[in-house]
Amino acid sequence: VYSEGFVPADIFINNEWQDSVSGKVFPVYNPATGEQICEVQEAEKADVDKAVQAARLAFSLGSVWRRMDASERGRLLSKLADLVERDSVYLATIESLNSGKPFLPTLFVDLQGTIKTLRYFAGYADKIHGTSIPMDGEYLTFTRYEPIGVCGQIIPWNFPLMMTAWKLGPALACGNTVILKPAEQTPLTCLYIAALIKEAGFPPGVINILPGFGPTAGAAIASHMGIDKVAFTGSTEVGKLIQEAAGKSNLKRVTLELGGKNPNIIFADADLDLAVEQAHQGVFFNAGQCCTAGSRIYVEEPIYDEFVRRSVERAKRRRVGSPFDPTTEQGPQISREQQNRVLEFIQSGISEGAKLECGGKALGLKGFFIEPTVFSNVRDDMRIAREEIFGPVQQIMKFKTLEEVIERANNTDYGLVAAVFTNDINKAMTISTAMQAGTVWINCFNALSTQCPFGGYKMSGNGRELGESGLKEYSEVKTITMKMVAKNS
Amino acid sequence: MCPEHVDNWFSCPLFISNEWHESCSGRKIPVYNPATGELLCEVEEADAEDVEKAVRSARAAFQMGSPWRSMDASDRGHLLNRLADLVERDRLLLATLEALDSGKVFLMAYFVDLMATIKTLRYYGGWADKIHGKTIPVDGEYFTYTRHEPIGVCGQIIPWNFPLMMFAWKIAPALCCGNTVVIKPAEQTPLSALHMAALIKEAGFPPGVVNVVPGYGQTAGCAISHHMDIDKVAFTGSTAVGKLIQKAAGDSNLKRVTLELGGKNPNIVFADCDLEYAVEQAHSGLFFNQGQCCLAGSRVFVEEPIYEEFVRRSVERARSKVLGNPLLPGVDQGPQIDQKQFNKIMELIESGKREGATLECGGSPWGQQGLFIQPTVFSNVTDDMRIAKEEIFGPVQQIMCFRSVHEVIQRANATHYGLAAGVFTNDIDKALTVSSALQAGMVWVNCYNAMSAQCPFGGFKMSGNGRELGEYALQEYTEVKAVTIKISQKNS
Repeated sequence: VYSEGFVPADIFINNEWQDSVSGKVFPVYNPATGEQICEVQEAEKADVDKAVQAARLAFSLGSVWRRMDASERGRLLSKLADLVERDSVYLATIESLNSGKPFLPTLFVDLQGTIKTLRYFAGYADKIHGTSIPMDGEYLTFTRYEPIGVCGQIIPWNFPLMMTAWKLGPALACGNTVILKPAEQTPLTCLYIAALIKEAGFPPGVINILPGFGPTAGAAIASHMGIDKVAFTGSTEVGKLIQEAAGKSNLKRVTLELGGKNPNIIFADADLDLAVEQAHQGVFFNAGQCCTAGSRIYVEEPIYDEFVRRSVERAKRRRVGSPFDPTTEQGPQISREQQNRVLEFIQSGISEGAKLECGGKALGLKGFFIEPTVFSNVRDDMRIAREEIFGPVQQIMKFKTLEEVIERANNTDYGLVAAVFTNDINKAMTISTAMQAGTVWINCFNALSTQCPFGGYKMSGNGRELGESGLKEYSEVKTITMKMVAKNS
Repeated sequence: MCPEHVDNWFSCPLFISNEWHESCSGRKIPVYNPATGELLCEVEEADAEDVEKAVRSARAAFQMGSPWRSMDASDRGHLLNRLADLVERDRLLLATLEALDSGKVFLMAYFVDLMATIKTLRYYGGWADKIHGKTIPVDGEYFTYTRHEPIGVCGQIIPWNFPLMMFAWKIAPALCCGNTVVIKPAEQTPLSALHMAALIKEAGFPPGVVNVVPGYGQTAGCAISHHMDIDKVAFTGSTAVGKLIQKAAGDSNLKRVTLELGGKNPNIVFADCDLEYAVEQAHSGLFFNQGQCCLAGSRVFVEEPIYEEFVRRSVERARSKVLGNPLLPGVDQGPQIDQKQFNKIMELIESGKREGATLECGGSPWGQQGLFIQPTVFSNVTDDMRIAKEEIFGPVQQIMCFRSVHEVIQRANATHYGLAAGVFTNDIDKALTVSSALQAGMVWVNCYNAMSAQCPFGGFKMSGNGRELGEYALQEYTEVKAVTIKISQKNS
């Protein structure tokens, strides 16, 4: 059951640890060193079939899960949150080791985000209200908000643990059963959560965790005829495949949280120090591996040069190193593949004529590190201004007028987040209304909390996670109309 | 329980600003065990001066920028959940205190009252960071949103029939919404509230957020309802006192008022019901907690064809009740709370006999000492009798006969009360028709006393104003502010 004696490395179905049907395993690496941590059982279609069977059974009418008080579902989620809190140092360590995230931010941001999200949705479980409705005619009508059924969930490698909580929280609060596939690069914390799920007392089959690869396990989930909904967080490219597969198979409900090329607009009247620091963190956080990365920074002409100067100085000060060094701000990229991809973008920036202000190269001999990189004089038609880099590369552009920057900011197929830095209330209100983005930050960046809906316009996704909105995506509404002898208001 | 011993072995102080205080007057309230008549202990008696101290403390805790006001909403929820955990830890102690202080059967206290208390605290723990205002598409070049703010300092006055549960029902929604609280438990039953005060401090609520001031209605309660710096009063108790509270609120500062008052609740049993089940539900619907429930189904309307059989079975069931020491496991029914209540119930029983109802069983006191009353059943009750009109609040069941749906709806609604109602039938049309027609805040179909933290609770007409529990309670503890910002150009 436990690989190397410290973390579960099997497939989790029906509260049991299982080998893959094929017998295959796959390696899991430490991106700070490039070394293998362990091997994990690899789920493919046959394992997905088993999981669907288990999840379907756990969902059948009359099952323990279906008959449970809603408040008791909430209790189980709350218990899971308590267990995550109990083991938070351990979980942060595994997360850091497996994903390259610096340990202290992982403990204080990722773990807290995970615990709070589980607690938030634990609190909602018995507050999912249908309505009674005054319809025309001699009827009594009400709606039930039922769980959808078996939900497939596919999560990425950039926030493995937090993404697990974002997916499980609302799905379970609403009474669904779940098949969750963590990213092949980062399955370990998710598998540890499986052990906690069992300890918390969730009935067998309610949550099943299948580590595996996208083209096999992921594709099997997206096209499975026995899965009622698929939720995916990852690249826009794969998001499109998921939606296609859903349409081709059984019209399963689809929610997608995809990429972003997020504009961060800095006006001349902004608090410059605040804006520089927020823009810096906004793009470099998590080594740039955030769908919310503020990777197009539009700075109003009067302060442009000063902004670039301060941003470069800040980037040069950014400490890149071992995730377990407490002074480290930036760890490695997740894999050699991602590292190469980012370096290739950097080359394109140079060759397309942007000015490389600092950084630009890989760092160190082991692992997948990249120097914090800043480009100025970026034009909107350059690849680094249009495509999602997902690395520690900051683009700083210049703008003159409000109307111009709104148009340029919106000129993208993406639409996940946007930010504006200004002290002028009118600019703030105008920009936030005009941005085609699911979240707009005013004088802050990455201010996320489990109470707030999160999701994308346009090709950054469909649907919203977190907040009350998160519940809608995990409920199926049934209207029940009963003939009455004589209606009265 | 209380960390200080004053003079004799147990005098429990007032809880203000997370500290224990003697009363300003020096007076104390004796607290009795109604099963034995013995003095359990004394508690400090809060009067107007102590209420004033408590209000000042609650007001300070509510100031803008205070720890309580600047806390994340989710942290308020976390504190409520922590309090629930502590109640769970001390469940046995609290159930014992509650049984000793109120005469409630211990097993009921442990399994019903304590469970409901814990669940209510957890339920509102979950709501704290989900209290949403709206953004609103107003006409004109504006951006408008609402904030659902806490009201402020809330005075809460609770009764003796479910002391701990009522404590939780009151503080949970109030704190969830960010208010601060001055709560006065009933003078008969202050002990579980005072232990809760200790747990509130242990859980980590900032000082002044909850203040517990046991005292009498005419002094401390009156001070609360008249106080010019209390923003809202919530009262659970008799309709007579509820009227005084509402008057006081109008007389003073128009504080917001919510009231949970009495009931004379109809329980309608049709001939097509599951008879044995209906008898049992009607029985527990009346006799639960020695009949001391605002929800007591004290007018049981039975359809003519099954009337005789229903009475026969109800009497048999009432006779099988075991009275005795509430702490003992085999006991079904404890004492009434005090002499005043005892006298009132006996007087109403006498009126039933006098006015011509048939006394089927019971009708007299039980046992050697004080406050036990035999389970009593009256049949052939007419609607004009006192026992059919007034809230008895004791173990006295009235069974009436009816012929038609139309008639029973009219008779059930012919009261100033309107708290709860029950309907027993297997016919879908009767169920829907009767439940729509009854003027009651809660209608139970084929069940009785089916309550849960998620479900709103409250009365029509003179059974009260406003709703407790469920999402609905949140409305009663928030003040809505609409904020409208001029913008240079609105777009949808």
